[in-house]
Amino acid sequence: MLEISGAGALRRRFLDLGLRRGEVVTMIKAAPLRDPLQVSLGYGHISIRRSEASLITVEVILDGKDIRK
Amino acid sequence: MEKISVNKEIKVALAGNPNSGKTSIFNALTGAHQRVANFPGVTVEKRTGRRRYNGYNFQFVDLPGTYNLSAFSPDEKVARDFIINENPDLIINVIDSGSLERGLYLTMQLIEMGVDVVIDLNMWDEAKESGLEIDTQKLALLLGAPVVKTIGNRGQGIDGLLDAAVGLVENKDKGHRHPPVTYGPKLDDIVADLSQEISSCGSCRACRNPRWVAVRMLEGDKDIEGEILTHNRNRARVRSRLGQSIKHIRTTTKNDPEFALTEGRYGYVAGVVREVVKRPTSDRMQLSVYIDNLLTHRFWGYPIFLLLMWLIFQATFKIGAYPMDWINAGASWLQAEIGSLIPAGIISDLLINGVLGGVGAVAVFLPNIVILFLGIALLEDSGYMARAAFLMDRLMHYLGLHGKSFIPLLMGFGCNVPAIMATRTLESRRDRILTVMLIPMMSCSARLPVYVLFAGAFFGAHAGNAIFSLYLFGVAAAILMARLLQKTLLRTAETPFVMELPPYRWPTWKSIVIHMWERTRIYLNKMGGVILIASVILWGLGNFPVKKEFSQDYDAQIAQYSSQNTPEAKAEINRLQILKSSEKLEYSLIGRLGHATLPAVQPLGFTWEMGISIITGFVAKEVVVSTMGVLYHLGDETSTLIKTL
Repeated sequence: MLEISGAGALRRRFLDLGLRRGEVVTMIKAAPLRDPLQVSLGYGHISIRRSEASLITVEVILDGKDIRK
Repeated sequence: MEKISVNKEIKVALAGNPNSGKTSIFNALTGAHQRVANFPGVTVEKRTGRRRYNGYNFQFVDLPGTYNLSAFSPDEKVARDFIINENPDLIINVIDSGSLERGLYLTMQLIEMGVDVVIDLNMWDEAKESGLEIDTQKLALLLGAPVVKTIGNRGQGIDGLLDAAVGLVENKDKGHRHPPVTYGPKLDDIVADLSQEISSCGSCRACRNPRWVAVRMLEGDKDIEGEILTHNRNRARVRSRLGQSIKHIRTTTKNDPEFALTEGRYGYVAGVVREVVKRPTSDRMQLSVYIDNLLTHRFWGYPIFLLLMWLIFQATFKIGAYPMDWINAGASWLQAEIGSLIPAGIISDLLINGVLGGVGAVAVFLPNIVILFLGIALLEDSGYMARAAFLMDRLMHYLGLHGKSFIPLLMGFGCNVPAIMATRTLESRRDRILTVMLIPMMSCSARLPVYVLFAGAFFGAHAGNAIFSLYLFGVAAAILMARLLQKTLLRTAETPFVMELPPYRWPTWKSIVIHMWERTRIYLNKMGGVILIASVILWGLGNFPVKKEFSQDYDAQIAQYSSQNTPEAKAEINRLQILKSSEKLEYSLIGRLGHATLPAVQPLGFTWEMGISIITGFVAKEVVVSTMGVLYHLGDETSTLIKTL
């Protein structure tokens, strides 16, 4: 994970849930209606909307069908 | 331990993340029963409790669950202000051992504030089961704070917490200090410079902990900045130094100072965690992934979700109907008993129809609420609730709501009262308000008799379609209303959706019972009173002023017929009684209100009978039908009423 943008409450929420620079995230899947995504992060799973995830820039380390998280 | 300090007061605050089991620790410490949460942000109010232990009088305060003390949300502000203003002797920092990193982030902030901290590694059993190993001795050494392992929902380790608290208080003078949190050399220097400027004042409140104040100012805490700039004697230099520091951080880290510091703090925590935790690949997480593969599956996810919703809905309203009948029967029996004990008159009428009727109206919802919250507690504690939100979020997001709002809205089709109670599971106030405003648009089951009546009267053979479109119309109105409210009254930003998907776990009976009881208690306390008072008021409106003179002498006629025992006589008595109550109702305040509001409802094609029925419908929607029956002199038969209309 390279860069996190976004402001205020959302950004703080990211950090509270452990989303921060240098962290390795793994895309697990999207919800059946395609919107919220399920992402694994170190020790747990989180759910995140696409609009929220688009504020995060990632670098692809392995494989990866979906590049833009 | 010496026992000289008998009756010494120790003031303890409990701080911790949402989901850390803080409430169960609080319960175990004080013996008070509360709701145990498995989802963020449930403890909002301040709860206190006491405990005597080894001659010490402990006083506990349960702070709202937060990840942070940055005072940006009301919960965080409550927690921070309590620590600053009330000066607790120490803080028990409850941490979910399974997510140590996030918990320690809060710990760092507590330590920075300069309070003494006992670290409570809660849910130790679960962490252990999942194969997590935490070196508690090393952790205590690194943080300079005692570390205690607990299992809150089984009450284990509580004495250890109390012992550690006593130990801290008794050794306070020995200078039990936490090592300072470091942010990396660059940031540390900047913080040190700023805190030096602050402390050179030497007299204001903030000087007592200049480092924390410096950090908070850099993080953009306006409260703290305001205090410094009014009380600090060195304020001019502090202000210019603050400006320089902020610029300095921006250029060196290419980041806002707030986030530079947050990341620095997280970096420090990550370092600590790396030192003390051994984490093998977790079986439990793996198991969760398997369960998720089924429960949030692309095809099976929704059928399973709908099945679960259907089960909860049916259980709440179908199974709940049996105890509801018993309660109704019990109330009628009691009413009859009292009626035979007290001579008929205004007082017995108040007791029987006003008060008992009101109590009955309150009690009748109890089965629904208990069963619904049993279901919700099961969903929350097992971890499925987060998945339900995950599945439904796309749709709910369109209404500007969080995925979790779906369940209260769905329950609205059963009955609005428990549905509105169910909104208590939502985190943000805005979501709760919006959801509560939408619930009345969902056609609850009590409205069905009213629909049947009117659809039957006006649409005849197409009644079924008419009723169905009424339901659809309600949903459409709700969608419209949600879009409208978002653009007008509730313009505050939508709550961020990002949330944890906790690993699945078996719910414990104890926690579920506490859940249910807590919600039921809230219902009885908060809603019960309102419903009861409203029932008595409506009873009064329907009975005053008392009509003494009727157009015919009904009582005499009824008495005359009651001596005969033929079916015709019974029918005649029934007819006379209906005529009598009809006149009585028309004469009462409600009847007058019905007449008075006629100009308002007439354009809709309503008659005064309908106006009155709408008013009595405030008590319960199905009452509309029976009131109309009385007013049109027809009794309870819907079919004849349909014909008349």
